[in-house]
Amino acid sequence: MTRRTASVQLKMRNLSDFWRRYKKNRAGVLGLALVLFFVTLGLLAPVIAPYDPWQVQVGKPFSPPSAEHWMGADHLGRDLYSQVLYGARVPLLVGTLAALFSTLIGIVVGAASGYFSGKLDDALMRVTELFMMIPSFFLLIVLVTIFERSIWYLVFVIGITGWPGTARLVRGEFLSLKEMPFVEAARSIGASHRHIIFREILPNAMPPIVVNASLGIGATIILETGLSFLGLGDPNVISWGNILANAQIYIRLGWHASVFTGLAIFLTVLGLNLLGDGLNDALNPRLKER
Amino acid sequence: MANRSASWKTYALRRALGAVPLVFAIILLNFTLIHIAPGDPILLLTGEIAPSPEYIEAMKTKYGLDRPIHEQLLIYLSSVLRGDLGRSIRYDIPVTELIASRAPATLLLMGTSISISILIGILLGVISARKPYSLTDNLTTVFSLIAFSIPIFWLAQLLMITFALQLGLFPTGGFSSARTTLAGIDYALNVLHHLFLPALTIALLRLATTSRLTRASMLEALSQDYVITARSKGLDERTVLFRHALRNALRPVITMTGLQIGTMIAGATLTEIVFSYPGIGWMTYQAVLQRDYPVLMGVYLVVSLSVILANFVTDIVYALYDPRVRYA
Repeated sequence: MTRRTASVQLKMRNLSDFWRRYKKNRAGVLGLALVLFFVTLGLLAPVIAPYDPWQVQVGKPFSPPSAEHWMGADHLGRDLYSQVLYGARVPLLVGTLAALFSTLIGIVVGAASGYFSGKLDDALMRVTELFMMIPSFFLLIVLVTIFERSIWYLVFVIGITGWPGTARLVRGEFLSLKEMPFVEAARSIGASHRHIIFREILPNAMPPIVVNASLGIGATIILETGLSFLGLGDPNVISWGNILANAQIYIRLGWHASVFTGLAIFLTVLGLNLLGDGLNDALNPRLKER
Repeated sequence: MANRSASWKTYALRRALGAVPLVFAIILLNFTLIHIAPGDPILLLTGEIAPSPEYIEAMKTKYGLDRPIHEQLLIYLSSVLRGDLGRSIRYDIPVTELIASRAPATLLLMGTSISISILIGILLGVISARKPYSLTDNLTTVFSLIAFSIPIFWLAQLLMITFALQLGLFPTGGFSSARTTLAGIDYALNVLHHLFLPALTIALLRLATTSRLTRASMLEALSQDYVITARSKGLDERTVLFRHALRNALRPVITMTGLQIGTMIAGATLTEIVFSYPGIGWMTYQAVLQRDYPVLMGVYLVVSLSVILANFVTDIVYALYDPRVRYA
């Protein structure tokens, strides 16, 4: 057996071990199912959507749910079900990418701060504290209005405002892990800072970071839909937030646009939160046994 | 005793001095944004709708736009510190005046919902911590999970659709009924009637955070020696829970309330939009639609300063309440 296949087998074993632990948390399994369900709907939207989501007058404006239009029609007579399917894409994409981006920044800042401590730590924590105080929702409103309304820009700005929580978490992990015997051992055989940070400490700090990131995706989806609801979404795409912004304007004329779209957001975020809980239990088995 | 009061003042002074760099950093960030934004800074200071050349000249002189950048920063800093945040494009009145005229509605909305959620939230948290995994505890767990996953503006829409549009129990929006001449108690009741649904929306979500946090920190407190001592002294359960455990468990709750003021104002903003409640949030929404840049930058600055102030206040409140903090 070559070394490579052995390591692959080991990884598979770990994965099935992980799944065995994960599925003990029934709510976590439900969460995973919800997330997969909405991701699939978003990905397969072109295949499953019964109508072109942009096509106006395929139904009577504001018509309630019916056999032809499962969720009814919006103010322009567009099919709401098709819109909700396509509308999943932007929040899921922005939520995932922005959460990953801010997690990355948080890891860099937190690791540098916790590992090197001293003056660098003081300075970085000052910046982190400042970013924690800044009301990011209102900063985002300013940034989006004066610069541009596009998905990539949104990912960027949500990423650079959303990292302080992760940075503090990572810093805490680094502060306690760097005192551990295995890190001392690595240091005593002359391992470089880079090796110790990325190979020794970071892998051990990953579990809480992963949990935090999965909760972060849910929070970012709520943030993104909130900004779009305010009218700051990219007007050239269909997104849950954009649908809800329109639903708000015409709320007296039809309830269904709001109810169905909001339900989709709610279930997706609920799924992500349950997923985060499940990951937490599966990644920290010792915590559970206490 | 004299020593104690002196140390409390030192603590407050230290905290206040600590907040100064934050205030400057936030104003500096605003200044940077004005200058790195595409187009002329004059656009963000005065707006898009072409003002007269004389007005532009006047603004250029006022903000010193033809002078070196560090002088501009000083001018900006001094005008902000004097409370001058520019003029609203849409209303053509000073931004400070506009914000001040909308602040009372938002303060009423937030004050009501925060008080309700803190009172009920702490009570729920204490009950949950007293009997973990009991029916009440599990129900609040489920409730919190839902509250953490629901977008606040959708909750607002659901409440509005159900209780205002379908059942007609509450008005669909506004601060009070227009075109009526109510006075005294009738007017107050009318205002409360309009306040109910938006306040309920915010309170429901805040309740989840407060009750979870109280539960966690109460569980911690209840396992401490002083609680065991209090129980073994034969004190009744209510005294142990509220006098001994809760007093110590409240700190994270107070701190979190301060830290989350920004998030709360954001939530209030989205709620105000749904109920067309004429506060800061509704004004922000109008400003977004009209691209009223000076108003948006002013709101951002004012909210930032409120967050710093709220944190300062919660720190001081806690230091007054718990002397140990001052020596930390």
